[in-house]
Amino acid sequence: MLKCKDITHLVSESQDRKLGVSERLQLEMHLAMCTGCSNFRRQMVFLREACRRYRSPAAEKNDRP
Amino acid sequence: MATAEQPMIDDRFLTEIRHDMIKFATLQLRDDALAEDVVQDALMGAMANAEGFSGRSALKTWVFAILRNKIIDQIRVKGRTTNVSALSSDEASLDEAFESLFKSNAHWTPQSRPKNWGDPEESLRQQRFWDVFDACLKHLPENTARVFMMREFLEFETAEVCLELAITTSNCNVILHRARNGLRRCLEGNWFAAGEQPC
Repeated sequence: MLKCKDITHLVSESQDRKLGVSERLQLEMHLAMCTGCSNFRRQMVFLREACRRYRSPAAEKNDRP
Repeated sequence: MATAEQPMIDDRFLTEIRHDMIKFATLQLRDDALAEDVVQDALMGAMANAEGFSGRSALKTWVFAILRNKIIDQIRVKGRTTNVSALSSDEASLDEAFESLFKSNAHWTPQSRPKNWGDPEESLRQQRFWDVFDACLKHLPENTARVFMMREFLEFETAEVCLELAITTSNCNVILHRARNGLRRCLEGNWFAAGEQPC
Protein backbone atom coordinates (compact mmCIF):
# COMPACT_ATOMS: atom_id res chain seq x y z
CA MET A 1 0.00 0.00 0.00
CA LEU A 2 1.28 3.41 -0.88
CA LYS A 3 1.48 6.02 1.88
CA CYS A 4 0.28 9.61 1.56
CA LYS A 5 3.86 10.81 1.16
CA ASP A 6 4.39 8.47 -1.84
CA ILE A 7 1.08 9.59 -3.29
CA THR A 8 2.21 13.23 -3.38
CA HIS A 9 5.18 12.18 -5.51
CA LEU A 10 3.02 10.11 -7.81
CA VAL A 11 0.49 12.93 -8.24
CA SER A 12 3.29 15.37 -9.05
CA GLU A 13 4.83 12.95 -11.56
CA SER A 14 1.45 12.37 -13.19
CA GLN A 15 1.75 15.96 -14.43
CA ASP A 16 5.04 15.16 -16.12
CA ARG A 17 4.68 11.65 -17.49
CA LYS A 18 2.04 9.05 -18.20
CA LEU A 19 1.74 6.78 -15.18
CA GLY A 20 1.81 3.01 -15.62
CA VAL A 21 -1.33 0.92 -15.20
CA SER A 22 -0.40 -0.35 -11.77
CA GLU A 23 0.68 3.11 -10.60
CA ARG A 24 -2.64 4.55 -11.72
CA LEU A 25 -4.58 1.79 -10.02
CA GLN A 26 -2.75 2.29 -6.73
CA LEU A 27 -3.16 6.04 -6.99
CA GLU A 28 -6.90 5.93 -7.68
CA MET A 29 -7.50 3.39 -4.92
CA HIS A 30 -5.71 5.58 -2.43
CA LEU A 31 -7.43 8.77 -3.55
CA ALA A 32 -10.84 7.13 -3.30
CA MET A 33 -10.41 6.74 0.43
CA CYS A 34 -8.10 9.59 1.40
CA THR A 35 -9.53 13.12 1.57
CA GLY A 36 -6.16 14.74 2.23
CA CYS A 37 -4.59 13.23 -0.88
CA SER A 38 -7.59 13.86 -3.10
CA ASN A 39 -7.51 17.50 -1.98
CA PHE A 40 -3.79 17.44 -2.75
CA ARG A 41 -4.49 16.27 -6.29
CA ARG A 42 -7.15 18.94 -6.83
CA GLN A 43 -4.67 21.53 -5.60
CA MET A 44 -2.06 20.28 -8.09
CA VAL A 45 -4.58 20.51 -10.93
CA PHE A 46 -5.45 24.02 -9.81
CA LEU A 47 -1.77 24.99 -9.69
CA ARG A 48 -1.28 23.87 -13.27
CA GLU A 49 -4.33 25.84 -14.39
CA ALA A 50 -3.09 28.94 -12.55
CA CYS A 51 0.26 28.63 -14.35
CA ARG A 52 -1.50 28.28 -17.68
CA ARG A 53 -3.45 31.49 -17.11
CA TYR A 54 -0.35 33.24 -15.82
CA ARG A 55 1.66 32.55 -18.96
CA SER A 56 -1.10 33.30 -21.47
CA PRO A 57 -1.17 37.07 -21.65
CA ALA A 58 -3.79 37.01 -24.37
CA ALA A 59 -6.36 35.43 -22.07
CA GLU A 60 -9.12 37.66 -20.76
CA LYS A 61 -7.69 40.52 -18.80
CA ASN A 62 -9.65 39.64 -15.68
CA ASP A 63 -8.39 36.10 -15.71
CA ARG A 64 -4.78 36.94 -15.39
CA PRO A 65 -2.37 39.23 -13.53
CA MET B 1 -8.39 45.87 -36.97
CA ALA B 2 -6.61 49.02 -35.85
CA THR B 3 -8.72 52.06 -36.55
CA ALA B 4 -7.80 55.67 -37.07
CA GLU B 5 -9.31 56.63 -33.68
CA GLN B 6 -7.44 53.99 -31.76
CA PRO B 7 -4.05 52.99 -33.11
CA MET B 8 -3.14 49.40 -32.31
CA ILE B 9 0.02 50.37 -30.49
CA ASP B 10 -0.14 53.40 -28.25
CA ASP B 11 1.76 54.42 -25.13
CA ARG B 12 -0.73 52.81 -22.82
CA PHE B 13 -0.54 49.47 -24.64
CA LEU B 14 3.24 49.60 -24.61
CA THR B 15 3.44 50.51 -20.93
CA GLU B 16 1.06 47.74 -20.00
CA ILE B 17 2.67 45.01 -22.05
CA ARG B 18 6.14 46.08 -20.96
CA HIS B 19 5.10 45.87 -17.33
CA ASP B 20 3.74 42.33 -17.81
CA MET B 21 6.83 41.27 -19.74
CA ILE B 22 9.24 42.60 -17.13
CA LYS B 23 7.36 40.77 -14.41
CA PHE B 24 7.42 37.52 -16.39
CA ALA B 25 11.11 37.81 -17.28
CA THR B 26 12.26 38.89 -13.81
CA LEU B 27 10.55 35.95 -12.16
CA GLN B 28 12.35 33.52 -14.40
CA LEU B 29 15.75 35.11 -14.72
CA ARG B 30 15.93 36.53 -11.19
CA ASP B 31 18.06 39.35 -12.51
CA ASP B 32 16.44 42.77 -12.99
CA ALA B 33 18.99 44.16 -15.42
CA LEU B 34 19.01 41.04 -17.55
CA ALA B 35 15.21 40.97 -17.56
CA GLU B 36 15.11 44.59 -18.78
CA ASP B 37 17.52 43.75 -21.60
CA VAL B 38 15.61 40.70 -22.69
CA VAL B 39 12.28 42.55 -22.69
CA GLN B 40 13.73 45.49 -24.60
CA ASP B 41 15.15 43.11 -27.15
CA ALA B 42 11.88 41.22 -27.55
CA LEU B 43 9.81 44.41 -27.81
CA MET B 44 12.04 45.98 -30.45
CA GLY B 45 11.93 42.85 -32.54
CA ALA B 46 8.19 42.54 -32.19
CA MET B 47 7.31 46.17 -32.85
CA ALA B 48 9.28 46.23 -36.07
CA ASN B 49 6.76 43.74 -37.45
CA ALA B 50 3.67 44.81 -35.51
CA GLU B 51 1.84 46.11 -38.56
CA GLY B 52 1.16 42.61 -39.78
CA PHE B 53 -1.12 41.85 -36.82
CA SER B 54 -4.84 42.25 -36.96
CA GLY B 55 -5.41 42.78 -33.27
CA ARG B 56 -3.78 43.48 -29.94
CA SER B 57 -4.40 40.07 -28.54
CA ALA B 58 -2.63 38.34 -31.44
CA LEU B 59 0.19 40.85 -31.17
CA LYS B 60 0.49 40.28 -27.44
CA THR B 61 0.64 36.53 -27.85
CA TRP B 62 3.36 36.93 -30.44
CA VAL B 63 5.39 39.35 -28.32
CA PHE B 64 5.30 36.89 -25.45
CA ALA B 65 6.35 34.06 -27.74
CA ILE B 66 9.42 36.11 -28.68
CA LEU B 67 10.07 36.89 -25.04
CA ARG B 68 9.79 33.20 -24.17
CA ASN B 69 12.49 32.37 -26.71
CA LYS B 70 14.77 35.11 -25.43
CA ILE B 71 14.36 33.84 -21.88
CA ILE B 72 15.14 30.30 -23.01
CA ASP B 73 18.33 31.54 -24.66
CA GLN B 74 19.38 33.21 -21.42
CA ILE B 75 18.55 30.13 -19.36
CA ARG B 76 20.70 28.06 -21.72
CA VAL B 77 23.62 30.40 -21.24
CA LYS B 78 23.14 30.45 -17.48
CA GLY B 79 22.35 26.73 -17.27
CA ARG B 80 25.88 25.88 -18.27
CA THR B 81 27.26 27.70 -15.28
CA THR B 82 24.82 26.80 -12.54
CA ASN B 83 24.54 23.52 -10.76
CA VAL B 84 20.80 23.12 -10.40
CA SER B 85 20.99 19.86 -8.49
CA ALA B 86 23.01 21.33 -5.63
CA LEU B 87 20.78 21.68 -2.58
CA SER B 88 20.74 25.18 -1.07
CA SER B 89 19.76 25.75 2.53
CA ASP B 90 16.43 27.21 1.33
CA GLU B 91 15.72 24.01 -0.51
CA ALA B 92 16.75 21.87 2.42
CA SER B 93 14.38 23.77 4.67
CA LEU B 94 11.51 23.36 2.18
CA ASP B 95 12.18 19.63 2.27
CA GLU B 96 12.19 19.62 6.06
CA ALA B 97 8.90 21.51 6.09
CA PHE B 98 7.48 18.91 3.72
CA GLU B 99 8.65 16.01 5.90
CA SER B 100 7.06 17.62 8.93
CA LEU B 101 3.61 17.32 7.30
CA PHE B 102 3.67 13.58 7.84
CA LYS B 103 3.45 11.25 10.80
CA SER B 104 6.12 8.58 11.18
CA ASN B 105 3.91 6.21 9.15
CA ALA B 106 4.11 8.61 6.18
CA HIS B 107 0.44 9.63 6.33
CA TRP B 108 -0.63 13.27 6.82
CA THR B 109 -0.74 14.65 10.34
CA PRO B 110 -4.30 15.83 11.05
CA GLN B 111 -3.39 19.53 11.00
CA SER B 112 -1.41 19.37 7.77
CA ARG B 113 -3.87 17.36 5.71
CA PRO B 114 -4.40 19.36 2.47
CA LYS B 115 -7.59 21.42 2.61
CA ASN B 116 -10.43 21.68 0.20
CA TRP B 117 -9.84 24.95 -1.67
CA GLY B 118 -13.48 25.34 -2.55
CA ASP B 119 -14.02 26.83 -5.99
CA PRO B 120 -10.53 27.94 -6.98
CA GLU B 121 -11.89 29.45 -10.21
CA GLU B 122 -13.21 32.25 -8.07
CA SER B 123 -9.65 32.98 -6.91
CA LEU B 124 -8.32 33.12 -10.47
CA ARG B 125 -10.61 36.07 -11.11
CA GLN B 126 -9.25 38.13 -8.25
CA GLN B 127 -6.28 40.44 -8.67
CA ARG B 128 -5.25 39.92 -5.05
CA PHE B 129 -4.92 36.20 -5.67
CA TRP B 130 -2.40 36.92 -8.42
CA ASP B 131 -0.42 39.16 -6.08
CA VAL B 132 -0.18 36.29 -3.60
CA PHE B 133 0.66 33.86 -6.42
CA ASP B 134 3.46 36.17 -7.55
CA ALA B 135 4.84 36.50 -4.05
CA CYS B 136 4.77 32.72 -3.59
CA LEU B 137 6.65 32.19 -6.87
CA LYS B 138 9.27 34.73 -5.85
CA HIS B 139 9.60 33.00 -2.52
CA LEU B 140 10.66 29.68 -4.10
CA PRO B 141 14.40 29.01 -3.96
CA GLU B 142 16.09 30.05 -7.20
CA ASN B 143 16.98 26.67 -8.68
CA THR B 144 13.69 25.13 -7.67
CA ALA B 145 11.87 28.01 -9.30
CA ARG B 146 13.94 27.74 -12.46
CA VAL B 147 13.06 24.09 -13.02
CA PHE B 148 9.40 24.68 -12.19
CA MET B 149 9.09 27.67 -14.50
CA MET B 150 10.81 25.92 -17.37
CA ARG B 151 8.24 23.19 -17.01
CA GLU B 152 5.11 25.27 -16.36
CA PHE B 153 5.74 28.66 -17.94
CA LEU B 154 8.12 27.90 -20.77
CA GLU B 155 6.35 24.61 -21.43
CA PHE B 156 9.36 22.36 -21.69
CA GLU B 157 8.73 18.63 -21.48
CA THR B 158 10.31 17.20 -18.34
CA ALA B 159 12.89 15.32 -20.44
CA GLU B 160 13.93 18.61 -22.08
CA VAL B 161 14.31 20.30 -18.70
CA CYS B 162 16.60 17.49 -17.55
CA LEU B 163 18.60 17.72 -20.74
CA GLU B 164 18.97 21.51 -20.68
CA LEU B 165 20.04 21.59 -17.06
CA ALA B 166 22.00 18.33 -17.13
CA ILE B 167 20.11 16.71 -14.28
CA THR B 168 18.66 13.21 -13.98
CA THR B 169 14.95 12.52 -14.42
CA SER B 170 14.56 11.51 -10.80
CA ASN B 171 16.28 14.70 -9.68
CA CYS B 172 13.97 16.66 -11.95
CA ASN B 173 10.96 14.92 -10.40
CA VAL B 174 12.19 15.69 -6.90
CA ILE B 175 12.68 19.36 -7.75
CA LEU B 176 9.26 19.71 -9.41
CA HIS B 177 7.60 18.01 -6.45
CA ARG B 178 9.41 20.37 -4.10
CA ALA B 179 8.31 23.41 -6.10
CA ARG B 180 4.68 22.32 -6.40
CA ASN B 181 4.42 21.48 -2.74
CA GLY B 182 6.12 24.73 -1.74
CA LEU B 183 3.70 26.73 -3.86
CA ARG B 184 0.73 24.75 -2.63
CA ARG B 185 1.62 25.40 0.99
CA CYS B 186 2.32 29.06 0.33
CA LEU B 187 -1.06 29.51 -1.38
CA GLU B 188 -2.87 27.51 1.27
CA GLY B 189 -1.34 29.55 4.08
CA ASN B 190 -1.54 32.97 2.48
CA TRP B 191 -4.64 32.82 0.37
CA PHE B 192 -6.99 29.91 0.91
CA ALA B 193 -6.68 29.76 4.69
CA ALA B 194 -5.97 33.44 5.21
CA GLY B 195 -9.66 34.34 5.11
CA GLU B 196 -10.94 37.87 4.78
CA GLN B 197 -8.40 40.51 5.62
CA PRO B 198 -9.70 43.44 7.62
CA CYS B 199 -7.98 45.91 5.34
